[in-house]
Amino acid sequence: MDKVDNIILVLSGKGGVGKSTLSVQVALGLLRAGHRVGLLDVDLCGPSIPAMLGVEDAEIYESEVGPGQEKGGWKPVYTPLNDDANIENKLAVMSIAFISKNKSQPVIWKGPKKTSFIKDYFINKVQWGELDYLVVDTPPGTSDEHLSLIESFKMSRTKALIITTPQMVAIGDVRRELKFCRKAGLPIAGIVENMSGYVCPHCAECTNVFSSGGGEQLAEKENLPFLGRVPIDPRMAELLDSGRCFEMKPTEDDDDSSWNAINDIVNKLKEIVSG
Amino acid sequence: MSENPEDAPEHCPGVESQDAGKASACAGCPNQNVCASGEARKPDPDIPKIKEALMNVSHKILVLSGKGGVGKSTVTANLALALSQHNEDDENVEVEPAEVGVLDIDLCGPSIPRILGVMGEASHGSASGYSPVYAADNLCVMSTGFLLGEDEAIILRGAKKNRLIKDLLYQVDWGTLDYLLIDTPPGTSDEHLTITNLLSQVGVSGAIIVTTPQEISLLDVRKQINFCKAVGIPLIGIVENMSMFVCPKCSKSSTIFPRIKGGVEGVANEMNLSYLSNVPLDPVIGKCCDQGKSIFDEHPNSSAVAAYKNLATSVIKFCEENQDFVKSSN
Repeated sequence: MDKVDNIILVLSGKGGVGKSTLSVQVALGLLRAGHRVGLLDVDLCGPSIPAMLGVEDAEIYESEVGPGQEKGGWKPVYTPLNDDANIENKLAVMSIAFISKNKSQPVIWKGPKKTSFIKDYFINKVQWGELDYLVVDTPPGTSDEHLSLIESFKMSRTKALIITTPQMVAIGDVRRELKFCRKAGLPIAGIVENMSGYVCPHCAECTNVFSSGGGEQLAEKENLPFLGRVPIDPRMAELLDSGRCFEMKPTEDDDDSSWNAINDIVNKLKEIVSG
Repeated sequence: MSENPEDAPEHCPGVESQDAGKASACAGCPNQNVCASGEARKPDPDIPKIKEALMNVSHKILVLSGKGGVGKSTVTANLALALSQHNEDDENVEVEPAEVGVLDIDLCGPSIPRILGVMGEASHGSASGYSPVYAADNLCVMSTGFLLGEDEAIILRGAKKNRLIKDLLYQVDWGTLDYLLIDTPPGTSDEHLTITNLLSQVGVSGAIIVTTPQEISLLDVRKQINFCKAVGIPLIGIVENMSMFVCPKCSKSSTIFPRIKGGVEGVANEMNLSYLSNVPLDPVIGKCCDQGKSIFDEHPNSSAVAAYKNLATSVIKFCEENQDFVKSSN
């Protein structure tokens, strides 16, 4: 971790708001901008990242034991696997999904085992090399996994990126997550509101399926930067579900496509992190 | 099952293990002698207390997913409402509405109080335990949400979460209930191990799995199903949530979450589960949840209400036709 310049912890508190989706999109956005980027999936029970990137069958390469070392390190999986994506660097990815032989078998670990796995393997064993950004996807909640990360990372180069959907049911949990961040001394880069509106393909009416405005109101109330809104996009959902997110391209449509929204968020995030 | 103590070393073999107190990791642990003597493998003294607290609860039902944000809490709350309002049997004969309870063990993100319109209420202690909060005459709720301030976070490691769950089970005066629905957090973690272990010993009717149509959700759902099978919890079936979006303006349906492979029905067939119900993605559901209003009152003729009533009927039938699962102790 010594050669990682900036760590972005993607947090929510609420499940299913799009942490993994946005972790992938932010990592890809940074990669397209020419940076060296890693993506660490710390969700041990529900690791979605490899499937979204289409690399769920990849295996971890263990490097040989070097002088003074007791055991070899883990090399991250580098993607895209081919060179079609027209990207200078590759994304370095790590997830427990690479170790699970049977993807349908649950990881049923209690807190202490999760903590020691995260610290011994994800933090100390993975050889990330030099990275400008390490994006870390987390499970929902404020529990062992989150505490392990707070204990392992230097807060001076770590920032939290908070994801919410517009509904009050999500906002409540996210407020708790903000309190957790503040208690832990984890600086917060800002808030992103995901699943913000859906445009009916039949009549073009935009419906606030999961209510509206909650994310921006929360940012204002908590005096935090509001980084942007990402609309519900079935096309993006399909690409992620089928592991083809490198195929995500800008559309020729209107200004509020999810592509533009994510690029705006990435640009604001870079400014905040370097500022 | 006793949870590992807080001061256990990192590679603790587990207090239940045959190596407890004897493994190399045990050296220096303050509990080493206790483990080595076999004390830690004694039966859990909280089980009889939980059995007593739940002795008048006829059917205990877990609502699980694995994946976050698929609508476990929404489905739990609306199933509870549907069960509490179900007043006709298959032959349209009037029946007494059931007494229903909801236990919310999502310790970090307790949504149930908001959804059922009882956020901000307090639970009161008495000689017979803490009283659940009543959302209706025959619908009561217990959640850490009642114990916390609005923004307060529960930041707990595993062992303390387990203690809190046990307290929520036996320190609450549940009274007589036909159904106790238990809403869970996402994942397959300490909370799930604790609740399935406890319920296996006191009796559980089964688990309902909630999912959305996305492949990313189904990845986690398969794990959750295998988890239930591994711990012996019967599976009542699977609920497909957010199946189709119905536009409030033009009333046409569209698919927000495209099905890549067989979808939820595919998983139900593959894993031999009943497909219980299919709930549409209707903006009124989210609105009612946020405002703590009942969709049964606000939009009684919606397809969402029909779907939840359907689900309730299936759950009632399953409970009538099947015995509770209880793990035999030997």
